[in-house]
Amino acid sequence: MFGTGLLKGLGITLKHFTDTFTDDRQKVPSRYQDSIQLDKNRRIIEQPITQEGLLTIQYPEERRLLPERFRYIPMLIWDTEANEDRCTACGICAKVCPPQCIWIVRDKDENGKPVTRPAEFYIDVAVCMSCSFCTEFCPFDAIKMNHDYELAVYDRYPQLVYSKEELTVPLEYYAALWPTQFAAEQQKRKEEAEAERIRNEEKKRAAEEKARAKAAGEAAPAAAEGGAKPKRSAEELAAMKAAAAAKAAARKSGEEGGESAAVAEAAAEAMAAPAVSEADAKKARLEEMKRQAAEKAKARKESGA
Amino acid sequence: MSEATAVATAPVATDPSLPFSQEVPGAVIGEWAADSDKALFVAPDKLLPLLTHLRDREGYDFLSSVTCVDYSAYKGKARAGISERFDVVYHIYSTRQGGGPVRLHVRVPESETVPSATSVYPGANLQEREVWDLYGVKFEGHPNLRRVLTWEGFHGHPLRKDWKEAYFEEEAKPFKSRHPEGGYKWHEDKLPWGDNNTYPQNWDPDSWSEPVTYVPVSQAPSDHHAYGELDTQSIVVNLGPHHPSTHGVFRMLTRIEGETILALEPEMGYLHRNHEKIGERNAWLMNMPFTDRLDYINSMSNNLGYALAVEKLLGIEVPERAQYIRVIMAELTRVINHTWSIGFILNDLGALQTPALYAIEEREMILDLFEEISGARLMCNYMRFGGVVRDLTPGWEERAKYLVHDRLPRALDQLDDLLSGNEIVKARGRGVGYLSAQDLIALSVSGPMIRAAGLAYDIRKAEPYCIYDRFDFDIPTLPESDIYARYYIRLLEARESIKILKQALRDIPPGEVNAYASATLNQGFGTIMGGKGGYNFRPKEGEAYARIEAPKGELGYYVVSDNKANAYRYHVRSPSYINLNALGPMSVGYKVADAVVILGAIDIVLGEVDR
Repeated sequence: MFGTGLLKGLGITLKHFTDTFTDDRQKVPSRYQDSIQLDKNRRIIEQPITQEGLLTIQYPEERRLLPERFRYIPMLIWDTEANEDRCTACGICAKVCPPQCIWIVRDKDENGKPVTRPAEFYIDVAVCMSCSFCTEFCPFDAIKMNHDYELAVYDRYPQLVYSKEELTVPLEYYAALWPTQFAAEQQKRKEEAEAERIRNEEKKRAAEEKARAKAAGEAAPAAAEGGAKPKRSAEELAAMKAAAAAKAAARKSGEEGGESAAVAEAAAEAMAAPAVSEADAKKARLEEMKRQAAEKAKARKESGA
Repeated sequence: MSEATAVATAPVATDPSLPFSQEVPGAVIGEWAADSDKALFVAPDKLLPLLTHLRDREGYDFLSSVTCVDYSAYKGKARAGISERFDVVYHIYSTRQGGGPVRLHVRVPESETVPSATSVYPGANLQEREVWDLYGVKFEGHPNLRRVLTWEGFHGHPLRKDWKEAYFEEEAKPFKSRHPEGGYKWHEDKLPWGDNNTYPQNWDPDSWSEPVTYVPVSQAPSDHHAYGELDTQSIVVNLGPHHPSTHGVFRMLTRIEGETILALEPEMGYLHRNHEKIGERNAWLMNMPFTDRLDYINSMSNNLGYALAVEKLLGIEVPERAQYIRVIMAELTRVINHTWSIGFILNDLGALQTPALYAIEEREMILDLFEEISGARLMCNYMRFGGVVRDLTPGWEERAKYLVHDRLPRALDQLDDLLSGNEIVKARGRGVGYLSAQDLIALSVSGPMIRAAGLAYDIRKAEPYCIYDRFDFDIPTLPESDIYARYYIRLLEARESIKILKQALRDIPPGEVNAYASATLNQGFGTIMGGKGGYNFRPKEGEAYARIEAPKGELGYYVVSDNKANAYRYHVRSPSYINLNALGPMSVGYKVADAVVILGAIDIVLGEVDR
């Protein structure tokens, strides 16, 4: 019959209206049950999945209770137990960030040596896509997702570029937002610390035993002489030490220059001769590289001409 | 995984052992060794005979994806000794037999053209335009080879490996400037007109104006004497780009005679952000949150498609519990999408807002569930290679069961009761926007649209992925292929989804949710893939194409790896975009007001159309 569809539609609207209206006339409407009242009009509403009738929430007076895993933008954790940044400036978060919105500068100590602490830490939250990869891959639990979603400001730059001070929150804040995950992490930390302690104790005990055995060995040198390794002469020991030092130095310089093992070997050979120091080897290598570059430039010039 | 271990053999001119060497001699000139997808190299001049043979004799009637790969920067071993720059890649499926695709590669140097497949598969239309636009490969015989995603004055072809965007920083992420030593520079500090902003030769931005006449619209008869002796004139009317009926920034160019549409041409790309180029700069994992932003109503199924494609490359097995969670998420997403889509078909019919809001009421509840497990309502970013990122929270399954057993069926019944017998829905929907199943398949249309045309083609049955073969569900079909059928099929499909959800929630086993859950994710990937960490693994060389039955149709991801930490090629076969092939043919002959609903019934999301 013509018009039934219309009536049906009106009926559904009317049902929605009466449901919500009668509910709203109650002293405590069903949508306010289990809500947290903050002020006269302000509340935090936990909307159960069985909620019927009115589903809208009167933001900003009313807000939803956010689930623990809610992610918005990252925050840095200040470990109040150890009284330090958990961040070690390793840069994994900056590497894994899909929009590349994290910048880190590593801190230096008074001698200019890099330390495991960020001097500067920026997140361009206008670019951040809230994926939470940084928190997933951080090995130190130092970066976590904040629940604060009201970030509106008048200018994108520089107000939406958050510095380390703006990003850092105390551990307790994180514990309050992410209780389950925080508890799991604390448990894991405790276990790891326990394992570390046991390991250390075992090491200590082993060292003590070794020392005792050594003392016993020294006490009876005559007994050990027959079966023990032949003692090396002082000259031999010195030569071995020099070779080892040379190798280490070569490895180090090789890493710095990104050179191959051949250079390291050459450097080790050079180090074997007492007159050539590490600095000389480096100098020689630099000279060689310069010469090669000059040759290349010459070749290019010739081919161009 | 056999599909991923593709290594090219040297092309041999006439080898009788090659496939189709009897039927179309000389067409196939080589094949990828040990490949389950029958990837074949095809001589460009024999492409059309081979396609015709595949369509008419072998039953491969559905051209799923046409895309291109620029191999000029390829570092893998598979391209050794091959000088052609581009590979145009075709994936063709059979809707009758189901199963895997035939994958064709046509190698072309920069200077040459490829014959257009539009004469065999009209559905190649938009995809070939996209390849021309983004790669500059010309298709001979294409009826309308214009740019489609970028604008007419755009200089260069952005997916070529040597093209660099404005603010170009580095070829691949992670960018070095972000790492501990700092040296950061904000984009705002840079000049907006850097030296990588160039215009075409002899092109002046001030004097240029967009050409007004478009080929198909102008091809339509300009003067149509439908009213006897009255001398009437047809006019061109723009619907959009800013128009509430176009579901986003999208334009329908129509030539109309009175109120009747003579020709309609979709114009898109207003939201284009070169998703694929971003994807190729990204490391593999970084693409996951980007896929959320494609079809922003169905982020879970977008995640799933991408995860499946990369898992094919990596050869990972997904744990049982994760498989179930994935199916649950994908099906909940389908319910969301279909109720949303029904609501907005009503919106387009003129029942503004109120019914649409009733239709999406349950969506809020499902989004609450998504938020609880993934942390976000829309941009879930929940799937990972090898499973999902986190387990379900305690009590989640009970809430989902309540939703699936009680609330969602009730809501769907209410929608059914309200709409299916509604006179206006019937009067506006019945017989409007008809296109036969054959035409739809030829136009590469997929998803609810072809099932509303009577063809029971669903990838969950035709080529089951995840664990869909374990569930008992039907593929609903309706024969009418009009707007009403497209509305009603979505309701039926949502009911089938609920059927799957009931089974999945009943059977879900306990256990790990990620293949690497025992170690932390980053250690796990690091040790198994041999990379530096979970974010930086390197899949072995090869290519993979994974497709899923997304709520809007066939969603495919085509990925090529050259054993580097970044995707060499990352292509999204988006259902919304390719379904728009049918918009013009579907609308011709109907009224302007119907075109609005026809578009609504295709169910597009512009984030996915424009990419």
